[in-house]
Amino acid sequence: MLFLNYIANRLLQMMPVIFGISLVGFFAIHLVPGDPIQIMMHGHASPESVAAARAQLGLDRPLLEQYGRFVMLAVTGDFGQSIVQRQAVGAIVGERVLPTVFLLSYSTVLAILIALPLALISARYSDHLVDHAIRIGGMVGFAMPPFWVGLLLMLFFGLYLRWLPVSGLGNDFADRVRHLLLPSATIALFLAPILVQSLRSAMLEVMTADYIEVARAKGLTPRRILLKHVLRNALIPVITILAVNIGWLLSGAVIVEYVFSYPGLGSLLVRAVSYRDYPVIQGLSIVFGVLVVIVNLMADLSYILVDRRVLKK
Amino acid sequence: MTSLANTAPLSRRLLQQLIEEVRHWPISLKIGTSVLTLIVLAGVFAPWLTPYDPYYQDLLNALQAPSWAHPFGTDMFGRDIFARVLYGIRIDMQIGFFTTYVPLTYGVMLGALAGYHGGWFDAVLMRIIDVAVAFPFLVLIIVIIAILGPGVHNIYVAVFLVAWAMYARLARSEMLVERTKDYVLAARVLGFGSGRIVLAHALPNIISSSIVFSMSDFVLNILLVSGLSFLGLGVQPPAPEWGAMIAEGRDFILDAWWICTLPGLVVVLTGTALSLVGDGLARRLGHNRKSLM
Repeated sequence: MLFLNYIANRLLQMMPVIFGISLVGFFAIHLVPGDPIQIMMHGHASPESVAAARAQLGLDRPLLEQYGRFVMLAVTGDFGQSIVQRQAVGAIVGERVLPTVFLLSYSTVLAILIALPLALISARYSDHLVDHAIRIGGMVGFAMPPFWVGLLLMLFFGLYLRWLPVSGLGNDFADRVRHLLLPSATIALFLAPILVQSLRSAMLEVMTADYIEVARAKGLTPRRILLKHVLRNALIPVITILAVNIGWLLSGAVIVEYVFSYPGLGSLLVRAVSYRDYPVIQGLSIVFGVLVVIVNLMADLSYILVDRRVLKK
Repeated sequence: MTSLANTAPLSRRLLQQLIEEVRHWPISLKIGTSVLTLIVLAGVFAPWLTPYDPYYQDLLNALQAPSWAHPFGTDMFGRDIFARVLYGIRIDMQIGFFTTYVPLTYGVMLGALAGYHGGWFDAVLMRIIDVAVAFPFLVLIIVIIAILGPGVHNIYVAVFLVAWAMYARLARSEMLVERTKDYVLAARVLGFGSGRIVLAHALPNIISSSIVFSMSDFVLNILLVSGLSFLGLGVQPPAPEWGAMIAEGRDFILDAWWICTLPGLVVVLTGTALSLVGDGLARRLGHNRKSLM
């Protein structure tokens, strides 16, 4: 019962967000200054075909009716036809969801692998030289434009050393992991500095708790306290931090996918914007928004696994 | 509080106060501020620091490697990259500054008012913030630019529409704590209007966390502008914007690594300096690292 309450509560809290996402997606075409149809067709279209496109998109209907129709169709994954590709937007966007999700999961794993040891060292030796070095390294990493890092990694590991492929998807899983190492590492380098800082402060906070004092009084070694007691209790903040930064991760993915010509949602967005393919942009903004909502929901669920106390709150 | 300091002219006293303040700065703030000042000065005095025109095409000297004549080399049109990077400071720092501090101004005010008053205004504002934060920032900006069309002007519009939300959220949560304090109560007892209490009394106390955060935000906004320009949605060529320069160098990366590498290094230097200032400010203002970095 507690569990269902918790989930229902979370879902209820997300309703305004989902409503807002639908508004952003809906108005992506209505707020275009001038005539979106003319802009989409780049000015060379007969009045008849403009009128036909307008009718096809339903832009000649009252606004409220259009919104209702948009939501009804969006729920079923129908966002109309792409102007450029003459294909259903749902299909174009749909086939790119999984590659992006794969890239993001891969980057997250890499980012955790980079950030966790650094945060542990930083927290263990806080305000020592190594802590300062990690923090300054983080600042440098934070300031690196992801598209620039991507280009440099491509140049060095792909073209100069020829260790790794710079494009393509790979055939089986292992090959895919190899193919996506460079783009994932680029996103991970972008995410890791923030993870290190938030993890470090989460761990420092845990370290002041009473049970750590008890563990210390029992005579446990600092190493054991850190790995067994601190790390486990710092898990909730880690999940929160990852969930909060999902928007961040997606932003990084947009640019990195474009740099590596990776067939995901981000590169599709950049292309749709440059062609002014509004139905695709509408579909993508909904999908991006929904991805964030789903990740937050997953984070809420995983809190229960880590710490059942959240159900009682 | 020596009598000497009090009788000295005002400018002298201010200078002494400034020196005294700087002496208390943490080392990161000192280094960050110095580097940042140098970068800004380099942008302001760019015409005196380089003999080259950032737009002048010298096709005979295209794709020259870094040398004494061209410290950062030349690009495919023979333009001097060092000159372009210097003039780029004017573009990137300016856009970075305005995209950070304009939204900060009204974001903090909106958040503070919402936190003080509560009620329907607070509820509506928080829902709007939830939506603004739910979207990946870059995606939302790109969608708005898709609506309005590319260009600097529309970057400003897009960022001004979205970026205030973080500041409003920050200021609101600070205000919720602040409004229970005695001095706010005292001001209310004195019969001051809520506008006066929020803006004149509470604001100075809640703004420091936003200022610390703004340093990380400044870095992100420089990355945003250069990223959008890299994608062709921001500052348009031939303007010497850092991200646009990196995009131009992309096709020549094998033969001329310097075209995209060196402007990127300047972005990293600028961003690191800003982060150092943020870190130093957080320490100086007594916040325990509320900045992103």
